Amino acid sequence: MIKYILKRLAIILLTLVLVISATFFLMKLMPGSPLANAERLSEAQRKLIEAQYGLDKPIFIQYVTYLWDALHFDFGVSFQFANQEVSTLIAQRMGPSAQLGIQALIFGVIAGIGLGSAAAVRRNTKTDTALSILAVLGISIPSFVFAALLQYWIGLKLGWLPIAGWKGFASTILPTIALGMSPLAVSARFIRTEMVDVLGSDYIELARAKGLSKREIIWKHAMRNSLIPLVTLIGPMAVNLMTGSIVIEQIFSIPGIGSQFVSSILTNDYQIIMGTTIVYAMMLMVVLLITDILYGLIDPRIRLAK
Amino acid sequence: MAEKILEVEDLKINFRTYNGKVQAIRDISFDLYKGETLAIVGESGSGKSVTTRSLMGLLAKNAEVEHGSIKFRGDEIIGKSEDQMQKLRGAEIAMIFQDPMTSLDPTMKIGQQIAEPLIKHKKMSKKEAWGKALEMMKLVGIPNAEAHINDYPHQFSGGMRQRIVIAIAMINRPEVLIADEPTTALDVTIQAQILDLMKKVQKEINSSIIFITHDLGVVAGMADRVAVMYAGQIIEIGTVDEVFNFPQHPYTWGLLNSMPTTETERGELEAIPGTPPDLLEPPVGDPFAARNKYALAIDEEQKPPFFQLSPTHFAATWLLDERAPEVVPPLEVQKRWARYQAAHPEADRKQAVAVDATAVLGTEDNN
Repeated sequence: MIKYILKRLAIILLTLVLVISATFFLMKLMPGSPLANAERLSEAQRKLIEAQYGLDKPIFIQYVTYLWDALHFDFGVSFQFANQEVSTLIAQRMGPSAQLGIQALIFGVIAGIGLGSAAAVRRNTKTDTALSILAVLGISIPSFVFAALLQYWIGLKLGWLPIAGWKGFASTILPTIALGMSPLAVSARFIRTEMVDVLGSDYIELARAKGLSKREIIWKHAMRNSLIPLVTLIGPMAVNLMTGSIVIEQIFSIPGIGSQFVSSILTNDYQIIMGTTIVYAMMLMVVLLITDILYGLIDPRIRLAK
Repeated sequence: MAEKILEVEDLKINFRTYNGKVQAIRDISFDLYKGETLAIVGESGSGKSVTTRSLMGLLAKNAEVEHGSIKFRGDEIIGKSEDQMQKLRGAEIAMIFQDPMTSLDPTMKIGQQIAEPLIKHKKMSKKEAWGKALEMMKLVGIPNAEAHINDYPHQFSGGMRQRIVIAIAMINRPEVLIADEPTTALDVTIQAQILDLMKKVQKEINSSIIFITHDLGVVAGMADRVAVMYAGQIIEIGTVDEVFNFPQHPYTWGLLNSMPTTETERGELEAIPGTPPDLLEPPVGDPFAARNKYALAIDEEQKPPFFQLSPTHFAATWLLDERAPEVVPPLEVQKRWARYQAAHPEADRKQAVAVDATAVLGTEDNN
């Protein structure tokens, strides 16, 4: 197991180098520069600023320096906020984003499992149909629509929860729900299909023949077996949440990494764009590693195969 | 007279489908005595499995019991609530399934799977139940059971898994064990081992077995009595000796004739032509008439009653009626008759009398 994890970590490192290289050269290919709007700068002033940020050196040198620093979690200094380290900026902003993402994932997956298995158990009834329709809506409607609806109805009309901001747990509820709708719908649909399959299997029939009650059959036999394939979905879902949260953070004005990402794109702050992209990529790979390890823990067949 | 464990009387079960009612079981009656093995033989769709599912209360949702009764030790099962049936299942009536590769939960340790019925029905502690599970694993012949109690199903071969399934079924020492084609999915060499094991465990626990199969070879070595089912009806029932060696229904003849024996010398095995009738609209007369070269005109019009040949032997065919013409069964069956009549001089087809369908329930086992 340890050998497996070490191997995976090595692959992650290699992937990171590739991601850093790709983002670096893509940034260089982008039209415009962080100084483009500052026409009033004199030639000398510009030279001075470029020298300060190392932009005067040949691209290859810039690349090697950046790569080396990035691997040490040093993403340089922000163009937009004077003298601020990108890594510090990201670290400050990471908290709310991570909290929102994790909350949304937990809420979405748990609620999805609940609704999905409820639908499977009541297969081909009105409950099932209603839940299926909800799931399709949840998948097809973008999160920002939910965000706006939640803000309007629960925040404004009913006044139960804060409309925006990031102060205390209450203010995290609406963005969590809005962001969690998609993982909820995806896992509900997935669990329903899985569970219907599992409930039709021979070992469930045997569990019935043992005299177990419906509840015992679901909790002791059906649940674990239908959850196994869901674990593979959690990785991609986490990715969707990361990208989805950029929009949600803007809508709810959450001081997260997403809103910073957007503003740095608008101001051509290459350093922050690259730093954030790399951090996202790394988080994604760690999430995937964790899901693979989880998979092994839940499914004895995989655990022993290693 | 041995104690009667199970009595099925005039049972009729339909399945509601989009096309109409499928009459899966049509007015069947049989009983089961303590310690005996009753084989139910028939081809796919003849109603064998539906019969046993109804004993477990495990019928699909679209099934309806039109009429009839199932009594377990004198207690009516039909109409029992799900809660009451749960108390029976796995405790008094247990079941072994066809495919051991898929009938165990892949994510649960087998120790827990075997112990589960004890924890559920006997309210045992987990530790105590695992101890019993270990004993049971040894009884069903799992080598080095202590080392394997924490293993998962995928770590066992098919034969070993079927032993585990048997251990699960027998752990509560049930009165009735229903075995639904328990050896169909196994290699022939393993089949024999599993059958021996079932006999051994049956003796140990003294339970009755209902053995569902389409393999007549298995029946001969395993069962005390045989019921032959066709198109949702029992068309012949009797002791193994009677059904195998003094068969009366042309369908039973066909089955025996299509089975190779040590005496099958050369040539081809006879197959029964055609397919079973559609049970959406079952034929009014003898359901086998359309495939039966011995069919009489009346077979098309009127359902034959049971004709009783001995206290235990019944067959539903008009050929046993006194007005029926003399019939010459296939050669293989003639040989069987000759052997049987040499051993049982009193056996005489002409003495068969038409009886009420439920007269079957008066029979005794020949143990």
